[in-house]
Amino acid sequence: MSTAAAVLVLAGALLAFIGSLGLVRMRSFYERVHPPTMGTTLGTGLILIGSMLYFSALESRPVLHEILIGVFMTLSTPVTYMLLVRAALHRERQDRGS
Amino acid sequence: MSHELSAAVLWLAQLLLGLAMAFALYRLLRGPRAHDRVLALDTLYVDAMLLVLAHGIAAGTALYFEAALVIGMLGFVSTTALAKFLLRGEVIE
Repeated sequence: MSTAAAVLVLAGALLAFIGSLGLVRMRSFYERVHPPTMGTTLGTGLILIGSMLYFSALESRPVLHEILIGVFMTLSTPVTYMLLVRAALHRERQDRGS
Repeated sequence: MSHELSAAVLWLAQLLLGLAMAFALYRLLRGPRAHDRVLALDTLYVDAMLLVLAHGIAAGTALYFEAALVIGMLGFVSTTALAKFLLRGEVIE
């Protein structure tokens, strides 16, 4: 059971790593908004599922409080990214205007 | 045997998350404009939260879960405040 949890955590870490690599490699800001979402959605989800599996096996009772982080990240990430892209659009329009 | 294998896999996952934080830090220092830096800061927060979670699993204590939750909440609040500042020039109107 702990090996399955470790493999899930590794998969999530790999997704977060690829997302950050994309943050370095992509050329424009609007391209760079996309890669980190891999880490914030599926990466976080896989690591949280791995954590739930591991601690449920360790304490031999269902441990589900990781769902709290999952729900919070799912709700907060779109809000921040929408605000950020709106700010970027606003700043570019301001640059072009002046 | 299985325990050693999972410990090695968890160590590799923490290494990957540390590298991810290094990449986000590079974009934070390098980023041509302010919104690039805010995006990099948000990614840095998320990667740090995942690293704390992975370290908690490797250490075998549920104590690190609370720390990860607090990092996630502070990351959301700080990124929202910075984006609002970029959009309007002030945080609270």
